[in-house]
Amino acid sequence: MTEHVVIVGAGTGGTVLANDLADRLEREIDAGDVEVTLYNDDPDHVYKPVWLYVPFGLREPEDGRRALSDLVDDRIDLRIDRITDLDSDAKELRTRDGAGTVRYDHLVLATGSTLAPETVPGLAEAGHDFYSEDGAEALREDLLAFEEGRVVLSVVGSPHMCPAAPLEFAFMVDDWFRKRGLRDDVEVVYTYPIQRVHGNPHIAEWAEPIMKERGIEVHTFVNAEEIDPDAETIETMEGDSIDYDLLVTIPPHAGVDLIAEAGLGDEGWVDVDSHTLEATAAEDVYALGDTADTGVPKAGSVAHYQAGVVAQRIASDVRGRPATATYDGKTLCFIETGMDEASFVEFDYETPPSPAPPSTALHWSKLSYNESYWLTARGLL
Amino acid sequence: MPSPDIDPATIVDARGASCPGPLMDLIGAIRGIDSEAVVKLLSDNEQSLTDVPEWAEESGNEVLEVEGAEDHYAIYVQKA
Ligand SMILES: Cc1cc2nc3c(=O)[nH]c(=O)nc-3n(C[C@H](O)[C@H](O)[C@H](O)COP(=O)(O)OP(=O)(O)OC[C@H]3O[C@@H](n4cnc5c(N)ncnc54)[C@H](O)[C@@H]3O)c2cc1C
Repeated sequence: MTEHVVIVGAGTGGTVLANDLADRLEREIDAGDVEVTLYNDDPDHVYKPVWLYVPFGLREPEDGRRALSDLVDDRIDLRIDRITDLDSDAKELRTRDGAGTVRYDHLVLATGSTLAPETVPGLAEAGHDFYSEDGAEALREDLLAFEEGRVVLSVVGSPHMCPAAPLEFAFMVDDWFRKRGLRDDVEVVYTYPIQRVHGNPHIAEWAEPIMKERGIEVHTFVNAEEIDPDAETIETMEGDSIDYDLLVTIPPHAGVDLIAEAGLGDEGWVDVDSHTLEATAAEDVYALGDTADTGVPKAGSVAHYQAGVVAQRIASDVRGRPATATYDGKTLCFIETGMDEASFVEFDYETPPSPAPPSTALHWSKLSYNESYWLTARGLL
Repeated sequence: MPSPDIDPATIVDARGASCPGPLMDLIGAIRGIDSEAVVKLLSDNEQSLTDVPEWAEESGNEVLEVEGAEDHYAIYVQKA
C-alpha cells in the first residue's frame, strides 16, 4: 500500500515541506511506497516580502512570483486545484476541479492568511495596503505622487502577517520623504491597537524611541470602528477621530474557510500543539506557517522552520519510528529601519527578542535573503 | 466566584494565546456585539489583568467582574 501525504497550500511552508520530503523520502517515493501530493490554487508561488518595496517603486509584484512547476521537485505530484472540503474522520478531501474524493494518510495544512478588510466599514474603499499585489500597486500610484499631508500607517487587524512590516513601512516612509527633502511637508503617523507600538513588548520598547526621535506621531489603543472616506478620518472604538490624507492599513486577517468548516479551529487558524504542530481536533493532521495557531508571528521564517519539523515527523511516521522532532518557536526577522539600514531579531518560545543595532550590512542581508529566497523554496538553502 | 446575574453574549476562549492575543480577541468580539452586551474572556495570560482594564477604560467599555479559576481568569466586559 502506498502511503499518501497531502499538503494543502504551496506558499513558503508547503513548498519547503514538499521539497524537503522529496529529498528525505527519496527512496520510499521512488519505490512507490509513499506518494506526496501538493495542492495550490494558483500555478505560481508568491513571495510576499517583495510587496514592502513595491509602493516605493523599488520592486514589481512579478519579482515575487515564480511558476511552482519550476520550484517543486519532480518527485512531488503537484496539482493546481483548490481544496474545498475536508473530512478529517474519513481522511478525505474534495477539490474544486476534481471529481470524487482524495484519500490521505497524512495531511498538512499550509493554507496561509487571507485579508478580511470587509470587517471594518469603509476600510476596503478608503485604505491602501501593501499586503496584496493589487494593494501594493494602488498604493504605489498614490505614494509616488504624494508630496504633502498626513500619511497614516494604521494596524487595524492583529494577528497579521509579518508583525515587523508596519514598523518597517513607517521607518521607510519617514526616511524616504526625508531623503527627498519633503519630510517637513509630510507628517508620518503610526497607530496600533494595543497600548504600545508593537505586540511584542521587547520590540515595542526598542521601536518607540526611534519613532520619537524621527518625529513619527504615534497613537496607541487605536481600533478602527469605521473609516470615513469622505471626511478622511479613522473613527475609533476608543472614541477618537484620526485625520489622514493617505491611509495605509494592515487589514484584518483570517485563515481559509475550509478550516473552520472542518472544525479544526476558529477564523481559519488551526488549533495545534505548539511543539509537535499536530492539529488538536484531528488525527494525522499537521498545520504549519500562518495557519498554525502557535502564538508565534505569522512569518515566512516560521513557516520554513516548521516545515523542517513536520518533514522529520512525517518521515519518522512513514518509517514506523517515533516522531521526536519538535518546533521551539524559532522566529527570525530582519526589520528595515529606513531605506538603507535594518535591524534583526531572533527569538523562540523561551528567549525574547533583542533587536540588533540598525546597520547598512543588515539591510543588505535582508535584500540578499530576498534574492536567495528562491533557493530556500527549492529546498537548497 | 461565578456570576449568576451576568449573561455573556459571547465567550472568547483565549487560553494558550500569548500577549496581545487575548486583548485582540476581546476587541474583535466587542466589535461584533450590541451595546450593553457582555463578552466573557477566558485568558491564562496574566498580562490580560492589566491590558483588558486599561483598554476598557480607554474605550469606555466596562469590566464588570474578574474571576480567577485554577489555571485561568474569566473577565466580563460590557460594551458601552
Ligand atoms: C508585505 C509582507 C511582507 C512580509 N515580510 C516578511 C519578512 O520579511 N520575513 C518573513 O519571515 N515573513 C514575511 N512576511 C510573511 C510571510 O510572507 C508569510 O508569513 C508566509 O508567506 C507564510 O507562509 P505559509 O506557507 O503559511 O502561507 P502562504 O505563503 O500564504 O501560502 C499559502 C498558500 O496556500 C494556498 N491555498 C490556500 N488555501 C488553499 C486551498 N483551499 N486549496 C489550495 N491552495 C490553497 C494559497 O494560494 C497560497 O499559495 C511578509 C508578508 C507580507 C504580506
